[in-house]
Amino acid sequence: MLLNQFLVLAAILFCIGVYGVLVRKNAMLVLMSVELILNAVNINLVAFGALNDDVGGSVFALFTIAVAAAEVGIGLAIVLLMYRNRRSIDLSEADMLKG
Amino acid sequence: MTLSVLAAEAVSGGSSVVHDANWFLENAWLIPLLPAVSFLLILFFGKRMPKQGAEIGIAAVGLSLILAVLTGFAWLDHRDNFEVPGTEEHALVVEADGSAGSDELTLTAAAEEESDEHAETDEHADEGHEASHPYVAVQNSTQWLQSGGIEFNAGILVDGLSVMMLFMVSLVSLLVHIYSTDYVGGDRRYTHFFAFLSLFTASMLFFVVSDNILQMIVGWELVGVCSFVLIGHWWEEKPNSDAALKAFLTNRVGDIGLLVGMITLFFAAGGGLTFDTITINSEIVAGNVSHTALVVAAASLMAAVMSKSGQFILHTWLPDAMAGPTPVSALIHAATMVVAGIFMVARLYPVFFEGMQIGGSSINLLATVGAITLVFGGLLAFVQDDIKKVLAYSTVSQLGYMAMALGVGAWTAAVFHLFTHAFFKANLFLGSGSVAHAVHSFDMKKDMGGMRKFMPKTYVTFIIGSLALAGIFPLAGFWSKDEILVGTGGWGLFGGTGGNGAYTFHLTMGMIGAGLTAAYMTRAIYLTFHGEYRGGHHDEAHGEDADHDDAHAHGDPHESGPRILVPLYILSGFAILAGLLNLPSGFQLVPDSWQERFGHFIEPAGASYFPVIGHGGPSWSLAIVSSAIAVGGGLFAFYYYFVRVDRMSKQLGESLTGLPDGLTSRNSLARVGHKVLVEKYYLDHLYTGVIAGFTKGPLARAAYWVNQNVIDRAVDTAGTTSVRAGRVIYDRIDQGAIDGLIDGTGKASDASGQGLRHINSGKVQNYAAILFAGAALLAGAFIIILAL
Repeated sequence: MLLNQFLVLAAILFCIGVYGVLVRKNAMLVLMSVELILNAVNINLVAFGALNDDVGGSVFALFTIAVAAAEVGIGLAIVLLMYRNRRSIDLSEADMLKG
Repeated sequence: MTLSVLAAEAVSGGSSVVHDANWFLENAWLIPLLPAVSFLLILFFGKRMPKQGAEIGIAAVGLSLILAVLTGFAWLDHRDNFEVPGTEEHALVVEADGSAGSDELTLTAAAEEESDEHAETDEHADEGHEASHPYVAVQNSTQWLQSGGIEFNAGILVDGLSVMMLFMVSLVSLLVHIYSTDYVGGDRRYTHFFAFLSLFTASMLFFVVSDNILQMIVGWELVGVCSFVLIGHWWEEKPNSDAALKAFLTNRVGDIGLLVGMITLFFAAGGGLTFDTITINSEIVAGNVSHTALVVAAASLMAAVMSKSGQFILHTWLPDAMAGPTPVSALIHAATMVVAGIFMVARLYPVFFEGMQIGGSSINLLATVGAITLVFGGLLAFVQDDIKKVLAYSTVSQLGYMAMALGVGAWTAAVFHLFTHAFFKANLFLGSGSVAHAVHSFDMKKDMGGMRKFMPKTYVTFIIGSLALAGIFPLAGFWSKDEILVGTGGWGLFGGTGGNGAYTFHLTMGMIGAGLTAAYMTRAIYLTFHGEYRGGHHDEAHGEDADHDDAHAHGDPHESGPRILVPLYILSGFAILAGLLNLPSGFQLVPDSWQERFGHFIEPAGASYFPVIGHGGPSWSLAIVSSAIAVGGGLFAFYYYFVRVDRMSKQLGESLTGLPDGLTSRNSLARVGHKVLVEKYYLDHLYTGVIAGFTKGPLARAAYWVNQNVIDRAVDTAGTTSVRAGRVIYDRIDQGAIDGLIDGTGKASDASGQGLRHINSGKVQNYAAILFAGAALLAGAFIIILAL
């Protein structure tokens, strides 16, 4: 089985996701990058599950998808509130989270 | 010895319980379920119904009664025709041996000679039945939950005892429901009243079919709550709510005993840790339970019986409970709830039989408490002016009979008396309610008298109930009371009885009780139904004419309506006929197949969960003597009230309340006795005055003194010492060592905080970067550790 290809794909996706999260200024794009990270993890779970002939991996992937949906819901709500308060979703302006 | 071995075999064979039987026997749980559903329906929808919820209750209890009757018939068929699948041969041998062996073991030296011949024939007759069809109970249970390997089951146990109770409770309950539609009609909490009647019926039925002791506790407490609510139905008046509280709190005393007893059984029976009634009973019968545990369990459960079933000295709540509406008194405080204690003893009979060593003894706690209760309760009934209180003390006395019967080993007699008593006492209570409904009072001396003229139908039913209660041949009470006296085994005259032992003292008390019962009922009948009508106004009486005119001015009391009378007729019918269900064995006037029918169907003789008990043989001489005592007691009271008091009342032209006191004003001893009875043996003073007062007064003061002078001083000394030690510690250790350490930590945190402040920029993506960096570091560390 071509496990390596899957792992490489997942690693690439993960890195793209991390890059997006760290660098993009648009909150929507950051959320989408988070989705990329999560899906990279999903690929790993399914791939290892298939390798071990264990359905648990797929089940966990399904759980992750469900959790991701909830996370996106909350994320979009935050973005929406941010937009209402500042008329902008530029993350570089969001710098009030400090002590 | 041989007996226990055989019994043990029976246990391991499990031959006395089956799980598959007739549909009605397996599904008896429907019977309590119906009124429970009705309770909820009435509570939520009752007020919107055309009859304000009464119809739901009547329908549900009516259905329960029909089911109970069908279950009863199914049981009759089951008892006589059920074959234990696959084990007939084996069971036959064990059962036959068991009953034959028991013969020698249970007979005592005292009773042996007289009863030998009779017991022999008895056992042979029994053997015939058992060999073909052993007594097999039906159990249907399901697992409720499981915790730590202990199973908590919920289920039903249907045998003769529970079938009898199901029928009795649902019948009396239905009649009381019908009666109540008239009696409490127009009440402000009419719907609420019916809701709780339903809940009570459900709880009582649930209690009697339960197959484990945990369920029994639940049912026991539920009926207690319903009793509390219904006694306090008219709680706006202080005495009523006080009575409700008194009933509840007195019962709590016994409930502690119930819990302790049941917990003891749970841990003690066999391998322990089972709630199952059959298993517990079977283990005890098989001799697998230590005697000490049984003594503890039996004594603790005794407390529960004493409070719930109104045994002397915890009976004081029962007369006060008459503050509730009369139908409640009839249903709960006469026919059903108060016999819960008796039922519990009957259900867990091996505990008491072995724990109190009933077989072969001549005295034990249960029998003696019962005997004392039956006489002392009966005496108290003489000084009551309130007709319901007379009946309440009569109930106490009759419950004493039942407890005594169980105590002397006359199981069937006790259960049979429970059965007959329910009918005639409910009849009497409902009759007294019918009278009170007409005159709006319960006071016999002030507001009743001469009611015979106004309420002839109620009068007849009341007379029937009284005769049955007094044990006059051939009404129900005669048969059941006679069997109890026979069961004491204390009668040696002309081919005596021989039971489980020679309980002569208890026989004597039973005889005295029979005389007392007849006498106080005669008194109640005279005061209520004979003489001149004294009601109508509450001033002192001015002689016949004034009385009469006044009564007319207020309108004569009149006979009650059909919804009150029909239940009275039905209960009277049972009061007359119920006794014929259990004609004594060896009664020469009827064919053999009519004898001991009740005992045959109800008593689990030969079952693995029931002890081997001896049966006294009936005796003509005993029946005649006890009847003579009852009639004599009745005649004495008849002479005193119907002849002497009547004549004096006519001579002096005074109504009853205006008469000078007779004996009590002349004889000082009689006066003292009367005073003691009026004060109810000073038990209430003992409870509220002495026990509660002592707790509040001297005990509290003593406790305060101990608190101030002993405990406080100790605390003070400890305090000053601690302060001194504390100062030393503060100076040396705290300030020096610990403070330095703490200060150092603080300074270190401060410094590192100052350093780390700069990464706290507030920019989200910086935080994310740190998070990823941290995760990457951890992942790297993880990989390195794995690689090592």
